[in-house]
Parts: sequence; C-alpha cells; structure tokens
Amino acid sequence: MLPTLGGRIQTRLILLAVVGGVVTLIIGPLLPISAPLSAVYQDTFVILAAVAVLGIGWECLYHFLMQWRWEKDWPTLFGLATAIPEGLLVWVLLAAGAIPGITGTVPAAAFVIDFALVWLAVWLVANGPMRVPFIRWRFHGGRLV
Amino acid sequence: MTDQPDRAQPETVQRRRPAADAAGPAAAAAPAQGAAPDSGDLTGELLTSDQWTDEMVRAAGIPVTDIPFVTIGGGIGSFVTVDYLRIAGVSTDRVAVLSNLDFAWQTYEYLTRVSQIPRPERIRSDSASRPDNIWGFPSYALAEAVGERTFAPLWQVLIEPIWADYYTPKAGRVFAGLERESKRIGWSEMLVKGQVRMVRKRQGGGYFVILTPMVGSTATKRLAYRAEFVHLAVGYPGLRFLPELQEFRTAHQDFHHVVSAYEEHEHVYEAARTKHLVVMLRGGGIVASRVLQRLMDDRAKYGLSTEIVHLFRTYISSSHGPNAWNRRKGANGFAYQGFNYPKSVWGGQLKARMRKLEGEDRGRAYKLMGGTNTPYRRRWQAQMKEGRDAGWYRTMTGTVEQMRLEHGKIISVVKTQNGMVEVAADFVVDCTGLEADIAEHRVLADLLEHSGAGRNPLGRLDVERSFELRGSASGPGVMYASGATTLGGYFPGVDTFLGLQVAAQEIADDLARRGFCHRIGTFRSITQWLRWARDRQP
Repeated sequence: MLPTLGGRIQTRLILLAVVGGVVTLIIGPLLPISAPLSAVYQDTFVILAAVAVLGIGWECLYHFLMQWRWEKDWPTLFGLATAIPEGLLVWVLLAAGAIPGITGTVPAAAFVIDFALVWLAVWLVANGPMRVPFIRWRFHGGRLV
Repeated sequence: MTDQPDRAQPETVQRRRPAADAAGPAAAAAPAQGAAPDSGDLTGELLTSDQWTDEMVRAAGIPVTDIPFVTIGGGIGSFVTVDYLRIAGVSTDRVAVLSNLDFAWQTYEYLTRVSQIPRPERIRSDSASRPDNIWGFPSYALAEAVGERTFAPLWQVLIEPIWADYYTPKAGRVFAGLERESKRIGWSEMLVKGQVRMVRKRQGGGYFVILTPMVGSTATKRLAYRAEFVHLAVGYPGLRFLPELQEFRTAHQDFHHVVSAYEEHEHVYEAARTKHLVVMLRGGGIVASRVLQRLMDDRAKYGLSTEIVHLFRTYISSSHGPNAWNRRKGANGFAYQGFNYPKSVWGGQLKARMRKLEGEDRGRAYKLMGGTNTPYRRRWQAQMKEGRDAGWYRTMTGTVEQMRLEHGKIISVVKTQNGMVEVAADFVVDCTGLEADIAEHRVLADLLEHSGAGRNPLGRLDVERSFELRGSASGPGVMYASGATTLGGYFPGVDTFLGLQVAAQEIADDLARRGFCHRIGTFRSITQWLRWARDRQP
C-alpha cells in the first residue's frame, strides 16, 4: 500500500467498521464463549472499537517508521504482520480490565479467532477489492474523503 | 522526414533513424508558402494563423469531421484515457483516436522487445498497474496465480520487496490483457489511421486537429477534426544518442557496431554466438540491466566467452541521499529502485507532496528522487557477481572523449579519475535512453508556437493538476496532455502504466465536471467492474 497518514486512519476506520463489523456479526455465534449472544456481541464489538481507537496511535507509529523507507510504501506483509503487536496490546489491555464495556471474560481462543479473522478480512479487502467501489482511493493515499 | 505514415513502424521509431534525425525540426518548418485554396491541403493562411475559423478550413478544401473528443497518439496513453471515458459512459461515436499505430501497444511492444523484454519476460511494472483494468483488481499476480494454478505470484507479492524481488508481470500477459480490453471498448471503431500534423485553436471554441491520412485512403491530403476536447498522448518525442556515439555513427556511417538498445540490435547477440566479443555498455538504467542480462544469459546458455565492459558516467557505490529518511540503495555502479520512481509517487505520500510543489522546488524534488536507476534483482546480482569474479564483466567510471575505428574494433578513449584509458570493443550498446526535446516532435513544436502551451520546470509540456495543457484553453474547449511529454508536472510518474491511469482519472473527472461524461462513482464503478469481469462492453 501507498498510504498517507490521513489515508491510513480513514482506511482503518472504514474497513474496521464495515468489513470488521460484518465479520464480527457473522462469527459471533460461532465463537467459543459461554455467554448469551448479546453479551458476545457486546464484547466483540467493544474489542473491534478498541482496535479502531488504538489503531489511530498505531498508524501514527507506522507512518513514522515508513519515513525510513525510500519508497515511502507499506509492504503487503507489514499490513498483515502488524496484527501481532496490535493483537497483543489489545489482549494485554483486555486482561488488565482496561477496556471499558466488556461484560465478562473473553477466553483467549475466542479472542484469537475473533481478532485474526477480522484482521485477515480487512487486510484482504484493503489489498484488492477495495479498489473496485472506491476507484480514487489508491491514488489518494488511502483517503476516502 | 515525410509526414506520410509508415505502416511498418511507429513514429517514435522512425524518429531515431539517422536520416530523420538530420531532417528533424528543419523539415517541420518546411512548407512556408502553403498549398493553394481548395486543394485539400494546408494553405499559407492556415499555417501561419494561431486561430482558425471554420471558413478558413472550408476555403482550403479540407473535409471537416465533428467529434467531441479526439485523442492524439493512439498508444497506451490514449488507450487508458479512452478506457476511462468509455467506462464513464462515453459512446464510441463521440471519440476519435488519431494514430499511426495499428494497435495501442504497438510502440510499447516494439520497444520492450528490442530492449530485451520479449513476451515471456517480465516488464518493470507493479502487479496492480494494469492498463487494461482501471481498478487494478484482480492484479496481474492474482490473475497469473489463477491462470497458471500456482500460489507463487501471490506469495511473491506477500513478501516483496524485502524477502523477494518485486513481482512484475510478463509482457505477454500485459499485451493479452490489452487486446481483450481493446476489443471490449471498441477501440478499432474509434481508431482513425494517419499522422497528426497539428492542432490549432478554433475561433468560437474548441480545436481543429489536422490529420494526414494513409496515402491513397482519402480524396484530400488532409482531414480536419473539429473537437471540443483534445487529448495529447504522443509518447516520447524521440530518442537521442550520446553525442560522441552520434558523431561516430555519422562520421563512419556505421550503424552496425554502435547501436542503441532501443533499436533492433539482435546482430550483436548473434555475433557473440559465433566468435569471442567484447561489448561495451553505456548507461546504468533498466535497459542496461536488460542488455546485460541477455549477454550474460547467452553466455551461460551457449557457453560463450563474451566480455562486457560497462561504462558508468556516475558510479553509485553505496546507499545515497541527503538524510536518513531519503536514502536510496545502491552498489556496483547502480542506483537501486523497484520502479522508475519511489513507489509512493503513484498514490501515497510523495504524490501528495509533489502536488503542492511549484517551480524550482518541484525541479529539486524531481532531481532528488530521479536519476538513472534499476531494480535490484537477485538473479542479475548473482550473474554480475559471477562475471566480476571471473573477470569477464568489468565496470568503469568516466566519460568518453573520443571514439575511433581501428582494425575493426571501436576504440573509446575514456576520461577516468586515473587519466585517459583506451577501451577496445567489438560493439558499443548505448543504453542511456536520452530523450529528445519535446520541440523535436512536430505536433508539439506547433503547439508551443501557436497554441499558447508552455514548458514546465523540466522543459516538458506544462499541465495543470487536471492534466489540462496550461494556456491552451479555447472557449469551452480544453486540451489535455498525459504521458512522457508532461514529465515535470505536479505528478511525477506520468510515463508509466499507473501514471497514465492517474492522469486518465484526473482527465475523466475534469471532463465529468464539464458535463462530457458521467463521474465514475461507487455504483458505476462496481457495475462497470462486473461488466469488465464478464468481458461485456462498457
């Protein structure tokens, strides 16, 4: 990807909201969490929101790191591999009870499945299909508005 | 130089012929008097007037065709622009493509082939830069993975550029895609064969484009197209040899031993298969890498003893740049970069920054990120290392002061840091790809003289951010330009597949604002992509 800082943030927020939202809705009932579906949805959507909010900070860091690249690009694998630090941070905050709005305990397996599937879906869409509905997106550094 | 088109070769190729070079601009100014009225040719009044009336053209007896949008060039620049417009809802009867090319990729395919990228080889272009698909989806890598049932291209895209070279598509795949899209959008219905002679403003708005059709195909020598919108995508105005190479070729009338990598030079490789040769390469860009690869491939494949002397004017020995966040890799003479420019000029941070720069600031930015460069490819690195170790590939740094012929060998006197050195070679291959001035192109010279067009900080055509040619507006009519002739504008990567698409998008959006076509919004984009996927007409 060839993002600008504004483009990074816009793309993250839109994709997490739309693609992340759909994936979260679909996988909610299938996650290994012994709680009513409403509680599962509340927890997974709160996690999704946390990834979005924390992500604004992460994107600033990525933008800073990108400045050392001559091409000022963000290779495809970076977009996938950054799931690891981001996922770990959310998990640590979750375990510390620092994410408001979580109703119960989210099992590690459920968190990993939820986080990984959402991330993968967002990454896949950003690396191809996104260009179909938003034909100017790739030429505008990932900005949608 | 004749302005009757040659069916065999594209114009850019003709321009590199010595005879054409010699005639060049002087010939362009030749018909000072003009033809007689009602002769169907350009009268003196037309030749000398910046603005034409309908009556002036009628009096000359030149038939006029009305068409709202004319694109001049008919190469890939015209193709991607027309592709965008067709997808934006413009029908084929509202577009004319004036060109001496039979198909849009004719010049491109010729130049890639002679510069050692035949159809099975990979070009230097990104996976998502598809001139046959305005969305860049599916990318070439995905299409190759599906078509050839292999994950390898996708894996390469995933790990590029750090753990693998950049994925680049095979030339053959690119041409096949262009052929399909060409049929889909009805390119042949819009194509009018001939040589464009000039564009002049029309009194009352719009333009006249004068075409010299194929010999014998029309009753008159010229045809006129009256258009509201004109798009120029004439490609490279021409190529120049290094001065000392040109002098040698002219003095000795030797076009066999000193060749350009952009012209047919297969005889060099054929000769290398029959005897021991020393080949001198000039230049450090992608074409030098390609020629070098061919020589090294043949050497390995046929067990040849070819020696290569590679002369760099500027030798890059390590990473270079003004500071830690502007440092490009380099080694062994070459500056390494995946594509012509740092990748983000096509859509990211550098594109956004360049868009804001004017005049000298823009010129400086171009200088910083420009310069001759070539991609770092692992295969080439291994081949060159083998050559250096064995002594059959040698590099030198310097400039050639003199060239002479001695016992069938070309002796180059090279001025190096350690004094003058004489190098004897059987062939010299010029890979520098020096480009001629835009005024060498007849249509552009005429534009600069008569239509108010000016030059940008790099001396090429000065265009707005919308690719409108500055100073050339004619009433409601607008002239646009894209491609190599506009290098130096607000967008650097103009002479690339993706750059032509960036320009096409800006032009299509500008035309939509002027009511010529639909703006491609989300709904149209999705529905049109579905049509593309099913190979249905736009």
